[in-house]
Amino acid sequence: MNIMVVGVGGQGTLLTSRIIGRTALAQGFDVKLSEVHGMAQRGGSVVTFVRYGERVYEPVVEEGEVDVLIAFERLEALRYAHFLKKDGTLIVNDCRIEPMTVVIGAAEYPEGILEALSAEHTVRTVDGSAVARSLGNSRVLNSVVLGLAAREIGFEKDAWLSVLRETVPPKTVAVNEAAFNAGYGA
Amino acid sequence: MSEKKIMLGNDAIARGAYEAGVKVSSAYPGTPSTEISEFLATYPEVYTEWAPNEKVALEVAAGASYSGVRALAAMKHVGLNVASDPLYSIAYTGVNGGLVIVVADDPGIASSQNEQDTRMIGRSAHIPVIEPSDSQEAKDLLLTAFEISEEYDTPVIFRTTTKLAHSQSIVTLGKRCDVPDKVYERDVKKYVMMPASAIGRHKVVEAREDRLSADASSLPLNRWEKGDTKLGFITSGVAYQYVKEAAPTASVLKLGMVNPLPRALIEEFVASCDEVIVFEELEPVIEEQVKSWGLAVKGKELFTKQGEYSANMLKKVLTGKDAAVFAPAAAPARPPILCPGCPHRSVFSVLKKLKMHAAGDIGCYTLGAVAPLSVIDTTVCMGSSISLLHGMEKAKGREYIRSWVATIGDSTFLHTGVNSLINMVYNKSAATVMILDNRTTGMTGHQEHAATGKTLKGEETHAIDLSELCRAIGVPRVLRISAFDTAALEAALCESAGDDVLTVIIAEAPCALLKGQSFPNVCVADAEKCKRCGACLRIGCPAITKTADGTVRIDDAMCNGCGLCEGYCKFGAIEKRPR
Repeated sequence: MNIMVVGVGGQGTLLTSRIIGRTALAQGFDVKLSEVHGMAQRGGSVVTFVRYGERVYEPVVEEGEVDVLIAFERLEALRYAHFLKKDGTLIVNDCRIEPMTVVIGAAEYPEGILEALSAEHTVRTVDGSAVARSLGNSRVLNSVVLGLAAREIGFEKDAWLSVLRETVPPKTVAVNEAAFNAGYGA
Repeated sequence: MSEKKIMLGNDAIARGAYEAGVKVSSAYPGTPSTEISEFLATYPEVYTEWAPNEKVALEVAAGASYSGVRALAAMKHVGLNVASDPLYSIAYTGVNGGLVIVVADDPGIASSQNEQDTRMIGRSAHIPVIEPSDSQEAKDLLLTAFEISEEYDTPVIFRTTTKLAHSQSIVTLGKRCDVPDKVYERDVKKYVMMPASAIGRHKVVEAREDRLSADASSLPLNRWEKGDTKLGFITSGVAYQYVKEAAPTASVLKLGMVNPLPRALIEEFVASCDEVIVFEELEPVIEEQVKSWGLAVKGKELFTKQGEYSANMLKKVLTGKDAAVFAPAAAPARPPILCPGCPHRSVFSVLKKLKMHAAGDIGCYTLGAVAPLSVIDTTVCMGSSISLLHGMEKAKGREYIRSWVATIGDSTFLHTGVNSLINMVYNKSAATVMILDNRTTGMTGHQEHAATGKTLKGEETHAIDLSELCRAIGVPRVLRISAFDTAALEAALCESAGDDVLTVIIAEAPCALLKGQSFPNVCVADAEKCKRCGACLRIGCPAITKTADGTVRIDDAMCNGCGLCEGYCKFGAIEKRPR
């Protein structure tokens, strides 16, 4: 199973891929994750990978091999959709963060991204920020997105929740669990 | 059963150091090596520290080794350049307790200024180079590295790459070895590198390398995985994983030690296969040696010397086919940017307003080179900003550099920048140097340094006062100004550009991402008052965007309330107010 998590530096994509990796590990799979640290993180386009199976060699996933692509932002979904397999699934957090190239007028933010992607791929969307805000903590948006992705990836719901509980800060367990459930049922 | 964990490569290296019985570790932060020291600091049995630079770190580790304990120094590839002075001579002295230098290369240049290959340095310094291919090996081979270091009386380079350092895979944990301290004995011929001793030690170095070369063919870290003999691969590091992914049935000679090479084993392997490909990222280090022995192998005829490799890259060469199903869509680039509330933005906005050029340095503030700030003209290496500016002044004179400043971070200044400033004082430069003091080593993820008052272990310590340091070396004018006081910065810059006094301006404000801060304010844009002039957009804050009607909007979740944009709005449309 090949999973790719993309977003904008600071959105919490790293934590999301770590939770997926730990959940797969708890099922007894061989697991590899590839992360991005350092300068590349500073508000830039960020990509992480999770692979699991009987035996995993390469820590990254390449074009044409992704089963589930989790995009935390629309433009990033567009940028990396070509990594999907023919029958792969695209999970999109429906939000728009303009890159500096757009802000200063050097480029235009493409319109109709979700429509264009839906024409070629199976796309499932959630407005993670809106759900998170309704739960009273805008920072749990990645648990909302994770919940939606978890349904596509499989594993028992409890397997996800037990890893989630161990991974997020203790004070935020309840709200992260609520966010996961909201995404899972979305 | 032993505990199994999923671990980052750097976490596994730290675990390996712990299990190997390391007692002393010294390092300077540098992506992708930084987390090694942070993980190692969590083991109370190991003394760990941040040194001001990599040369100091390696010398500290060497001193610990001479005294008889196992020691480690960690750095990124370009850090080894700084440490190369001790490196080449420690190769001669050898060790007492085991000494391992972890060096993290950055193929693909995710967060560096070049793409150099540490294996070349290992060869030229006659130091063994060991290279793991996943987290389990990172831990296991680190123990092997210490055994080789002590058995062959040599420092060992443990080479990783970004992909290994920042990938996670499963590791079975072991126990810490009980390594008794070795006895230190005075030995001038071994430890005092004056000509008479060094001439003798050079002979020892050659003999040691010959012995290790001969032994390398039977060391278990070099592994022959027998398979289809039509095509064989010689590979090491993460590239091994790509070979296993792309050609699972091929014969593979997987090298755990890439210097010196196991010549007899390689000759036997090449003879056993119809065709052999050397699959190695960056320089043809293995390939050129193998070819020099008269063996027919392929390598860089097929693959680039640039960037990271992948399984698909190999598959394409083997099958001529591409795995991709869909074509990439055109999407505007999203390069890294300075964070909302970053004090560097404030400093650069003033330099931009004054149309000044900056000789830049290594840190987040290198991002001041790109639009819309576009202030930094040069970035070479740690500490270089000040010396480059000095060179310009000596070449073209004071008038030429009136519109120039050097910009350098606090940690970078203490790393090697202070040496360049001493040179400016000594050799009478009149220039403006700005220390962008954000109270941390920012880009690598907030490490302490000699001016923060905290050690790597989190203990309180003396904090070097940067302004007093500058005065002590003789800088005649040293100013401390808040990085967000744009009016005071502008006045100071104009004054120092106008006269002929060497000036250091320390622009102070903590990194916006430093923990423990509260941001009580937020900036709000009033669409009614906004004249759509775009002045606030030209400071390049990611919290400010243009709406469909051309007025601006400030994202209250992203905004840290620094208020810089408020000062750049002539129409009073932006207001900083309590959250």
